[in-house]
Amino acid sequence: MTNPVQTLTKSVTVNDNPFMKPVEWLSLVLLAGVILVVLPLMLDSFRLNLVGKYLTYAFVALGLVICWGYAGILSLGQGVFFGLGGYCMAMYLKLEASSVANTKIQSTPGIPDFMDWNQITAIPWFWQPFKSLPLTLILVVAVPVLFAMLISFAMFKRRVGGTYFAIITQAIAAILTILIVGQQGYTGGINGITDLRTLHGWDIRTDGAKTILYFVNGGLLIACILAAQYVKKSKLGRILVAMRDKEDRVRFSGYSVAGFKVFAFCFAAGLAAIGGAMFTLQVGFMSPSFVGIVPSIEMVIYAAVGGRLSLFGAVWGTLLVNWAKTSFSESFPDLWLFGLGALFIAVVLAFPNGLAGIWREQIESRLTRRVKGLRAPPPAIVPPKSTPVGAPAE
Amino acid sequence: MNAAILSSPVVGAEAAPPDHLLAVEALTVSFDGFKAVNDVSFYVEPDEIRVIIGPNGAGKTTVLDLICGRTKASAGSIKYKGQELTKLSESAIVQAGVGRKFQTPSIYDDLTVFENLEISFPRGRSVFGALTFKRDAEVRDRIHAIAETIFLKDQLKERAEFLSHGQKQWLEIGMLLIQDPELLMLDEPVAGMSVGERIKTAELLNQIIKGRSVLVIEHDMKFVEDIAHRVTVLHQGKVLSEGSMERVKNDPKVIEVYLGH
Repeated sequence: MTNPVQTLTKSVTVNDNPFMKPVEWLSLVLLAGVILVVLPLMLDSFRLNLVGKYLTYAFVALGLVICWGYAGILSLGQGVFFGLGGYCMAMYLKLEASSVANTKIQSTPGIPDFMDWNQITAIPWFWQPFKSLPLTLILVVAVPVLFAMLISFAMFKRRVGGTYFAIITQAIAAILTILIVGQQGYTGGINGITDLRTLHGWDIRTDGAKTILYFVNGGLLIACILAAQYVKKSKLGRILVAMRDKEDRVRFSGYSVAGFKVFAFCFAAGLAAIGGAMFTLQVGFMSPSFVGIVPSIEMVIYAAVGGRLSLFGAVWGTLLVNWAKTSFSESFPDLWLFGLGALFIAVVLAFPNGLAGIWREQIESRLTRRVKGLRAPPPAIVPPKSTPVGAPAE
Repeated sequence: MNAAILSSPVVGAEAAPPDHLLAVEALTVSFDGFKAVNDVSFYVEPDEIRVIIGPNGAGKTTVLDLICGRTKASAGSIKYKGQELTKLSESAIVQAGVGRKFQTPSIYDDLTVFENLEISFPRGRSVFGALTFKRDAEVRDRIHAIAETIFLKDQLKERAEFLSHGQKQWLEIGMLLIQDPELLMLDEPVAGMSVGERIKTAELLNQIIKGRSVLVIEHDMKFVEDIAHRVTVLHQGKVLSEGSMERVKNDPKVIEVYLGH
């Protein structure tokens, strides 16, 4: 046994850690095909926009796969980062929509309407950077990531983890909601920032613009999947798993554990923020109802249903739960929350690895068995007809 | 005469202060007033295998915890190659060259044997370094060499949770070896091992001590006799006796509290 195995590993070692396994490439092509080709062909503009909205949550779910699934850091406050990203984008759009010409009926023209209603007469200092589009695009990611860094550094340096960390993230979600609602003059309050019109002069309310934004969103999502895949595949990804198993061992292997946890949390926050900004652009407003505890927990459920260890699973899970939410709550609005709760319990009890786990056990194993079955006979003798490239995939 | 001439320049060169690899002095830690380690001093020389023995609750594991920074000392000093360790973080202590094995095998169940060893490879320890870490020939060769040493070269692709208890212990020793520490601390490395595994472990330890010092906690007296250069006996947080196994065994104080039942 030793010798053949040894020579085999030696010859394969060059590529024993590929960026993506064939099955993962297949999953990526499948997902990209559905998002970028099938759905746009099948759905009308309204439904497509709805799917685009769902997909913005998938960014959050992706981040949770890295942060929760891999690093074992459960965050019940991802809505905070989704919301901060969304608000940053909304502030830019609102300033653009509040030109003097658009707001000449106000007592102070040129400022957002809700500020005028709250007797504020000048744009506050923290709104100033959002006059510039490039600066906004940077801040969309930078503000949530810096905030995440601040929280997580303070927590992880003191070795606060597990449930305590989850509770603190939840508290932060509650605090931020209260803050936004309370500071109506600066934030638009409970209504949020509404009546957004143009992005650098480009009207985002038309069907055409929404379709373009859908594709931008889809493209960004694929890019984020690849980025998350890079993190997962790097040694850092394996360190996160190792930390989840045996934190002390990692520490006594010479790593500063806190630094890696901060990275995982900030990475997840950054992804959530991109999702939030795309949400604002596609839906046309941002409000505190996407920041608080309930949306944050829903986002965790998306990742759990999809499979917290699978990037692709997280996206499918998000789509599925949101689709179910929309169809259910149209017919039985009262029952939806119970349905969601039942779904979560079912996931935890029956299939802890979510959709991805079912896929892996049921379909992927059969698939690889078939592919291996095709490849297994010594290829030197029967290569030509039995291995057409397209065949094994189906 | 001849010998004296030969040895004198060597003595001259090493002269000045005695070069202890590790100098533990007046080390004390108290948990809510209870002194788990009380005024403990001992010195470990380069290339020495030192075994710490003592009854349960003597403070053996606490001493290792103090050295590797897991527990903070209340008083005293721990100098490693002249550098004070009590002020450093755990990861800084590891980077200074101190490796620690825990009592129960502490490995990453969800990763393969190869990946377990790879994480311990002393490169790319910063966040950025880990993101850009490349699994190059140097890493692979070293991992294969270590796997050979710890009798796991055929298990490299196996998930670590499927290893036997003894194999897990070896894997953890391997994870320390790949860090190439100058001071290796092992907490009961043969506990729960079969006789065969025990013999192999002793062989392994004798193989890996070249160029480093080893500090071992062990209960198995047969094993201690096989490997120890010197033995330190702890009792109720204090050093009771120290010296060769022969001397310690015949120390009446030790016989009274420990060996003599």
